[in-house]
Parts: sequence; C-alpha cells; structure tokens
Amino acid sequence: MSELPSLHAEPGRVVLSGCWTLAEMLPNMPALQAQLAACSATTKHWDLSAVTRLDSAAAVLLWRTWGSSWPASLAISDLHRQSLARVAELPVDIPEQTRPRRGFPEMVGALLLKAMANLRGMIVLFGQLLLDTAYLCRHPRDIPWKEFTANVYKAGAQALAVTALVGFLIGVTISYLSALQLKSFGADLFIVNILGISIIRELGPVLVAVLVAGRSGSAMTAQIGVMRVTEEIDALSTMGISRSIRVVLPKIFGLTVAMPLLVLWTSAVALFGGMLAALVQLDLSLIYFLENLPRAVPMANLVIGLCKGVMFGFVIAIVACHFGLHVKPNTESLSANTTSAVVTAITTVILVDAIFAIFTRQIGVPQL
Amino acid sequence: MKPPVIELRGVCASFRGQAVHRDLSLRVDEGQIVGLLGGSGSGKTTLLREILGLLRPESGSVHLFGVNLNDPDVRLQRDLRRRLGMLFQHGALFSALSVFDNIAFPLRELRCLDADWIRRLVHLKLAMVGLEAAHGKLMPAELSGGMVKRVALARALALEPELLLLDEPTAGLDPDRSQNFVELVGDLQRELGLTVVMVTHDLHTLAGLATHVAVLADQRIIAFGPKDEVMTVDHSFVTGFFGADRRKLL
Repeated sequence: MSELPSLHAEPGRVVLSGCWTLAEMLPNMPALQAQLAACSATTKHWDLSAVTRLDSAAAVLLWRTWGSSWPASLAISDLHRQSLARVAELPVDIPEQTRPRRGFPEMVGALLLKAMANLRGMIVLFGQLLLDTAYLCRHPRDIPWKEFTANVYKAGAQALAVTALVGFLIGVTISYLSALQLKSFGADLFIVNILGISIIRELGPVLVAVLVAGRSGSAMTAQIGVMRVTEEIDALSTMGISRSIRVVLPKIFGLTVAMPLLVLWTSAVALFGGMLAALVQLDLSLIYFLENLPRAVPMANLVIGLCKGVMFGFVIAIVACHFGLHVKPNTESLSANTTSAVVTAITTVILVDAIFAIFTRQIGVPQL
Repeated sequence: MKPPVIELRGVCASFRGQAVHRDLSLRVDEGQIVGLLGGSGSGKTTLLREILGLLRPESGSVHLFGVNLNDPDVRLQRDLRRRLGMLFQHGALFSALSVFDNIAFPLRELRCLDADWIRRLVHLKLAMVGLEAAHGKLMPAELSGGMVKRVALARALALEPELLLLDEPTAGLDPDRSQNFVELVGDLQRELGLTVVMVTHDLHTLAGLATHVAVLADQRIIAFGPKDEVMTVDHSFVTGFFGADRRKLL
C-alpha cells in the first residue's frame, strides 16, 4: 500500500496513477479534489492505465469530476472500466431523502392525536383485562399464580430496601423542618398531627408511586418491549398462550397488590424517621408520639392512603404495559416508550392523587 | 514483501473454563478467499471475533496487516478497523436507522465526504447488492431476512475494506440469491484484491468462492491450504463434512 494516488496534468491530458482507494485518498482528500476540479473543465483525454486500484468511492469522485458522462478519450484497464460503468449505470436524479417539516400547529395536533391514541390503547387494555378476569373466574385453573407471585416479589419484596431508605430520610427531613417552625410557635406537640396526616395520607403513597414507577414501571415496559422486538410475544401466541393473561395480567394485579403493602411499609418507616428526628430536635419521647398518633390521625387516613396505593399500583402497571405493548421493533422506539411510560405513569399518579384529594376533602381530617 | 493480512499466533481462548481455542495459529495472505469450516460450537464465530478485536485472546497474538491488535495507539487502531468490513450473522443493522442511513453511517463518520458523494456511494452499494434506491427508505424491521443480509453486506462494503469477514453470508438466502452473492463477492475480490474470510456451512458457496479452506476442529486449525488439498485430509470432521460431495467439488 505504498503507491499514493497521484495526478499528473499535461496540456490537454491528465495522467492518474497509484492506488485510488478511499483509505489512500483520505489523508489528502482536499488537495486531490482541488486538483481534479482544476483539470475537469479543460481536459478531454484521461489516462488511467497506470492506476493500480480503483474502488467505488474513487469511481464516484471521477464520475462527478467528469460531470456524469464519459470523457472524450479514456485509457483504462477493463477491470477499472467495470467499476466506473457501475457508477455510470446509476440513475442520474437520485431522489434526495427529505423529511417533511412540521409547523407548530401540526406538532400540537400530532401530540394531541398521540395522547388520544394512548388513552384509547389504555382503555382497550383495561377492557381486555376485564374480559380476562371474567374468563379466569370461570376457569380458575388458568390463573397464572406463578407469574403473579413472581411479580409481587419483584415489584414488592425487592423494593423494600430502597423504599425504606427513601421513606426514612423523607420522614427525618419533614420532621426536622416542621419542628423548627413549630418550636417558634410553642406548638411542639402538633408534630404528631403534621407527620401523621401528611405521611400516612399523602406522602407515603405518592413517594412509593414515584419510586415504583421508576423502578418497576420502566422494567415492565422494557421487558414487554424487548419481548416484542425479539418476537417472543408472537412465539407465546403461537403456543396458544394468551399474552394478556400470561404477561400483562400478572403484572397489573401483582403491582396492584404489592403497592398498598409497600405504602404501609414506607409510611411506617417514614413515621419512624420522623419520630427519631422529633426525639432529637424537640425532646418528644417515642412513647408519647405513639400514644398520640391514633388520636391525631383518624383511621380514615390510613384507609385513604391504602386505597391510593391500590389505585396508583394499578395505574402504573397499566400505563407501563400499554407502552410496552406498543414498542416498535427498534432500539429508538424502546427507549422512547420506556421514557414515556415512566413520565406518563408519574403524571397520571399525581393527577389521580389530586382527584382523590378533592373527593376526600371531608373525610379523616380532625375538626378542631 | 507485504505482511500477511491476518496472522494469529498461539491463540488460546476459553469460555467458563472450557477451552475454545488451544494454541491456534493461522496465516491469511492478501487476495485469498478463505472458507472457515468447523462443526457447530467449534469456535468459528469466536475466531472471527478475535480477528475483529472484539474478543481478546487469553494468550497469543493477533496481527492484521502486520499491526498488533493490542497496540495502544488509538488512531492506529481506528485506521486499522476502517480497513476491514464485517458481515454479522444476523446483520446487526442499526435498528433505529433506515437502510440508507445504515450504509451512510460509516461514510459520514469519516467526516471527509460531502452529502452528494455519500448519496451516490450508498446507492452504488445498494445497486451492487441488488437492492433498489427505494429500499433505502425502509427500516431494518421492515426487511426480509435475505434483504437484511444484503443491506448488511452493503454496509460492510461501505468503507471499501481490504479485508472482508463474513459470518454465514448465504445462510437463509434462496439458491438464486446465494449464487448472486457468490458472484458479487467474486467480482469485488477481482476488482479490489479483497481478502475474504468467511464462515459457512454451504458447500456451494464454498465451492464457488473459496480459494483456500481452513478447518477448525479440536480447538485449533487442523488443516489450511488450497481447497482441493484440504478435501483430501484424513480427519473425521473433513470426511464427514464433504462426505459424498467430495468428488463433485473437485
């Protein structure tokens, strides 16, 4: 590979020699292009007989230099003429690849249509779920217990550590910040009310929902998505196994069952963190805190918190499964849908939480 | 005297304690078309991965064009990689890019060619492998198995490699396409003086294309040489593989 591509211009004649390949041209590409361009207009006679190699990149370069036509006289070996002929056979007007540009209104419209399609997809999935449940009630032998318990374990038991850690830290933080405020009012004892109501009713469920959406929701979308990409879902169908009963249903019911349990656990740990912080900051004994908790927080709050857990788990799982089932067989779509699943799940959870807050505003708040 | 295109010396590799290659040596010179044969699980693909530098052997050395694959110079490594093209068994097309962009990708990475040049080159490669310009818009997921192979070959050829590695190039192609493929690679080899190493089980591809045959068995190359010489080797794998066809191929 020692022969560099070189070009020798004589009056009315250009002699090319050496190895005209992409790899050899690369180091001094601009110079070669400039030399060729300078020759192209005036020269009619091209001598390529001294060229040892001519690859298609060089052939395209020459063909372009000649203005897409054969020069008047050309000395070249048959082998190299063949590679030039390949270029010459290409259609002259190769269509340019262009993507239509969309204006702002169109983008908004497309986004809206997409949102509608997703909503519709989720309603269809919900309907399918109802049909499957009815079927399973009549045929209890087909209930996928193994998959169901596996999902409870994966989404619930394996999440205990991380939810406990986050819950504990949030509990400490809230307790510490509230204590500073309450101390200045001399209302130290109200720390029990503040922590109890806020954690059990609001923070526990939402905190767990955000964690679970990121942890289990994304995993569900990715798993179903990859199963679609690798045609495993199709393989299941051909074995006569319903993908909705085997893949989707255990995930949705598994998370719906695991979530309230996680909420209970996280709220408890968060309260424990709050109690410890109150002990350090306000000198409030643990016994006092525990004795006053039932009085400050009516039972209804716990029920509301657990109901939220059930709802949130259901919403996260159904959103995750919907986006997983609509992954197109390429990597880009997989990443886009996983992102959409987590974002949509968290947004929907907050929305459902707001609706809950409005409808339960009369319940469980102690009247002073 | 040019250095050999591929030179493996005393290569050892193992998976989970099980030896795949034991003191394997192979030397491929410029312009040879080597068919790599071996039973299922004999480490043919592993050998290709070692040649590509995707897998570092536990001991021994791999030289391509006289350059050690473990050379620490990053630019040297990159330039070396640009001199070889690989056709993966299942295509390994970038699923998020269209056919056109898949082939244009390595060309764009050179940062030296303008858009018009790249476009012509891509369409030339598409024509070479028997695809139409309209196929450029398709996504890899929309292609049939045979088309994936051809697009992958077009991508492997994009950078005008001097060394082409093919992993089961004609598996899954109909006999007609497979014959076209053999002719195409043969033409390219004559025009560009390519060196080709291919893993194949297809006797017709082997007969039509290969000049040399390397047989991988017992964790090493048990025979390497011109096609007709290797066929006469007395080893259970060779006699089993060629079997009754031995005469016909000669």
